[in-house]
Order: sequence, then C-alpha cells, then structure tokens
Amino acid sequence: MTDTDASPVSDTQGDETPELHGCPTWTVGGEQHGQQVVFPDRDQYLAVAKALADEGFTICVDLCGVDYLEHLDRPLPAGVVPERFEVVANLVDIGNRRRIRIRVQVPEADPTVASLFDLHPGTESPERETYDMFGIEFDGHPDLTRILMPEDWVGHPLRKDYDPGRIPVQFKEANA
Amino acid sequence: MSTTEEPLVDDPATPLIDESKLGASVADDGDDTSGYAVFIPNTYEGAQLLKPRSETTARELLREVGSVLRMSEAEAAKLGDLPEDPDEDQTMIINMGPQHPSTHGVLRLMLELQGEQVLRCKPIIGYLHTGMEKTAEQLTYMQGGTNVTRMDYLSPFNNELAFSMATEQLLGITDDIPERATWIRMLMSELNRMSSHLLFMATNGMDLGAVSMMIYGWREREEVLRFFQEVTGLRMNHNYIRPGGVAADLPAGWRDGVLRLLDLLPERLEEYDILMTGQPIWRERLQGVGVITPNEALALGATGPILRSTGVEWDLRRDLPYLKYDELEFDIVVGSYGDAFDRYAIRLAEIRESMELVRQILERMPQGDYRIQDKKVTPPPRARIDESMEALIHHFKIFTEGFKVPEGEAYVGIESPRGEIGCYIASDGSPNPYRMHMRDPSFTNIQCLPHMMRGGLVADAVAVISSVDPVLGGVDR
Repeated sequence: MTDTDASPVSDTQGDETPELHGCPTWTVGGEQHGQQVVFPDRDQYLAVAKALADEGFTICVDLCGVDYLEHLDRPLPAGVVPERFEVVANLVDIGNRRRIRIRVQVPEADPTVASLFDLHPGTESPERETYDMFGIEFDGHPDLTRILMPEDWVGHPLRKDYDPGRIPVQFKEANA
Repeated sequence: MSTTEEPLVDDPATPLIDESKLGASVADDGDDTSGYAVFIPNTYEGAQLLKPRSETTARELLREVGSVLRMSEAEAAKLGDLPEDPDEDQTMIINMGPQHPSTHGVLRLMLELQGEQVLRCKPIIGYLHTGMEKTAEQLTYMQGGTNVTRMDYLSPFNNELAFSMATEQLLGITDDIPERATWIRMLMSELNRMSSHLLFMATNGMDLGAVSMMIYGWREREEVLRFFQEVTGLRMNHNYIRPGGVAADLPAGWRDGVLRLLDLLPERLEEYDILMTGQPIWRERLQGVGVITPNEALALGATGPILRSTGVEWDLRRDLPYLKYDELEFDIVVGSYGDAFDRYAIRLAEIRESMELVRQILERMPQGDYRIQDKKVTPPPRARIDESMEALIHHFKIFTEGFKVPEGEAYVGIESPRGEIGCYIASDGSPNPYRMHMRDPSFTNIQCLPHMMRGGLVADAVAVISSVDPVLGGVDR
C-alpha cells in the first residue's frame, strides 16, 4: 500500500498515499462502514474503470456530477488537483459483495470526460442527466442530449452559479 | 404518421420558422422534427425524441434497438425471432404518453412499429422534473427528509432511510443509533415494501385488464397506509425516519395494528393467486413477455425485482446488509426466465416474505430510545424547554440553523421495493448538503424498456411498462 511514485500526478511530498491501479485512493467513513474511493485523473478514468471491471466491479449503479465551485478547498488525497467539477461513479462487485467509488476531477475550462457507456451501458441515462444538470460532456456517449430539462433550456441547473430564481412575494394589499 | 411525407430539417440548430408548416404540424409532430422545429427557439441542443432511422447515427441506433448489449448474433437468435429491420417506409413512429393511463404517471414512450411489432422504443422523461436535488441544497439536513420522501412517493420510508443513513455516515454516528430506532426503521421499510408491491398488484392488474384486481390492490394497500397514518400521522410523505433515529416512538397499540395486517393479508394474497397466478389468461398475457437476460440486466444497472427475475440473486438486504437485516431469516425470491410473469410472481412472493420479516421484527422489537441522545442532532424534549434556558436556546438553534455536518462525502444504497435506492451526499461542513443526489431505481430501470420491448407486440408494451413498475416521481425527481 505504500508505493509512492507510480502515479504520474503524484506530488511526492513524502506522504504515503495508497494507490490503486496507479491512482490515489482512500477510505472514508471509518473502518467498519468504510467506503473506498479512487481518484483517477481524466486520462486514467476509463482505464481504471476497465481495470476495476476486470476485478469484478461489473455494475455501475450510479453516476452523478458535483459542482465544487464554492468548495474548492475540499479534502483530497495528496497529488489530486482540485477542479471545479467532479464526476462520481459508484461501482458494485456482486461476486465479492463490495462497493467502490470513482471520483474524477473535471476542469471548468474543458468540461469533458470519457463516457463509460461502452463498459457499462447502464450509464446511458445517468450520463445524460449529468450533462443536462452540469454541462459536463461525455466523450463517446451515443446520444448526449438533455434528459430531464426541456431541450431548449438555457443553462445547467445544478451548477452552483445557476440561480434557482425566486418569485418575489408581495403581500396582498400592501402599500409598497 | 409515416415518415415519408415531409423533407426533414437538416440542421436543427437553425430552426425553420416556416409559416406554412404551422397548420400542418399538428398531425405529424410525433415523428417528424420538421413540424416540431417551428416551436423550437435558437437554444435548441438536439432532440430528445426518437428520430427516424435516416437521422439516427449508427451507434445510437444500435442502442435503441438494444443490440449494444447482445453478445453475438447466435445469442440474439436464441432470444427469439427478432424482426429483420425493415425499410423506413414500412414502419411508423408513434407516441405513447405522457398522458396515458398505463404509463404510471408521465412517462412518454416513442415507439417505432412495423404493424403490431415494436422495433425501437425510446423513453422520454422529465415531465415531472421539479429540481428536487437543487431544492435539497437549500434545505438543512433536518428539513431534507420532507424533500426526499416525495421523490419515489410509493416508497417514502426507503427514501428517508437512504437519506438519513447517508447523513449519519457523514456524522459518524452510524453505530450509535439506538436499537429500537433501527428496528422501527426495519419495520416501516418492510411494511412499505408490502404497500408498494400491493400497489404494483393493483396497477399491473389494471394495465392487463384485471380491473377488479385494481380495486383489491388499492384496498389492501389502504390497510397498510392506515397503519402508517397511526404511526406517522400521514398516509404518504411521512418524514418519519430522520437523521439520528425516527421522529416519534410507535404509538400505543401499534402491535395490534401490525397483527391485524398480518392476519388480514394472507387470505387476500391467496385470492390474488386464485384470481391471477393460476389463470391461463393471465399467464398467457405475461409469460415470455418482456424478456431480459441476466447479462443485459447487469449491464444496464437494473436492480431489484427486474434483476432477480433473471435469476441473479442480488438483494442488498442480504448481500450488503444494513440495519439489522443480517440477524433476520428470509429468502430472496428469484425468477428464472426474466419475463413479466417472473417479475409479477417475485413481487407477490416478496409481500409474503416481508410479512415473515415483519413477524420476526415484532418478536424482537426492543425497548429503549427511538432516537439518538446526541444533543448535536436531536432537539431537546418538549418538557425540558419549559424549565431550562439552555434547552430553549438549543431548540431554537437546531430548528433555525440546523446541525452542522462534517466535510466529506458518502454514498449509501439500500434495497427499496424497486431496487437499489442510493443517496450520495457531499458536505462542505455547513448545515445544508452541498450536493445531494438520489440514485433512484426507477430511473435506471427504465433503460431496460427498449430491450424488453424489442420484437414484442404493442399490446405487450403495456405489460412491460407495468412489470418494470416505474415511479415517475423518482425518475424525474
């Protein structure tokens, strides 16, 4: 668990970052209810998902995006450069009954990431949803269109700089 | 409705504002983007509709006919005689829903038909989208339950449970939840599984023409909801399971309420068996309809009764146990053909299995606190507020500001009646979730529809939708 310099993005500050398939990884939530998380960069993402699928993580149960615009200083393992967006995929290994989570950093300037569609066809709608809500584009997705919002909608609603919008309430018969 | 009549728009980014088309667009806006384009402003980003074959890329077409997942031609042939894809002028694209009684809400399907046979199917969703994940970011963790309980409105307790467990995971108090709260949670989620499956019995019956079944199913579900009302005060949208425990202890006489249900239901379920399970008409209508293979179901991320109908034993209650399910005895019901009948039979058997679980829970229900005695997440009891200034301040603070949750992220998945319902929360240390995402089983399961319908009849499409049992409140969120 202590091979330090296998990852190309590693800072090598002397920290011993555990790695999985050449990517930093850690376990959150304590020993008993721990959840393992892998942090590949964008180029490693597909390869890591493939390697994990070969290990038995054959189901992608969930895929979603997070916009960290207002929380860029979040805790991340050494060597992972925080970016505005994250794509989070939850994988399940039904043979060995375990879960793993992949978090990929996606920069604001070029919000593109590889699609898992060829590996896990079940990510078709979740990726469309992530595109719809965050404007993150998935390379290799067969039909990347909006799914929840109308197709002529402007903007991506779950981004943090997208204001939910409010209707001002005027009390009846108030003398404004 | 045929696809041959109008020249199609070449570049959807520059919509045609053609006055002459306005009158003609009424009849053909289902299959033809030219009529539709009139109403689409400049921000158009590509149609969500099922497009004619000539406009669909090869890759997308493969997905829509379901062949992405087929292992080989030989395997495809084994699944039955799939129709040869005919020329475009022999098929038509028709629209089903969103206002259609058998689509369980506002699900819209676009079907390409050759005669009576379904060739392609594309589910179109979003008609019930109300941005609940965005709303969740404005609500505190205490208020969040009211929001998530409205997502998959047929399994409110499971939504609340996933949300609460994810919050507890972030707080690090998963192991400190009192025993009684855990068992109450299990009791409620098993009863919820029963009420949800009973409603499935009703709607499935109605969709297939067994109209009396509809009344019976609703009647039995109502009995379960009556118990929910005794406990939580509401029939639906309870906000009963909350971070730290449950909102209130079980009321006096709850045991009688549960026992009454357990006495009442078995003979009603036998009536269902007589009415449907053994009936040749019912079996003919469901057997061999909407078949899906285990590989397809796994690849599509299907969970719950759909996955189990293919013979894959996967139930989070047993395989990744949460709460105290590892201390209970129960069977996982699996099918073998992956057809609509298996999915019906699995749900019927799961009602019986859940009743068995409820019996065990009744026996083992411990005494004690129903919520965690941690001042951080639990408001002080009402009586303390009158006598203690600190309690009053605490009460005020916790209800105005909420409680802070440490930085981090957590995903918790549990077994809802429809499959894995998961809650992913990213926290930035404030009293509101920074991001909350619900992995809803219906949303993923709907992806199976094109695969199940391919090669079937239009009349079977209704049976297939019904057997997937989607809840559009959960799909669209």
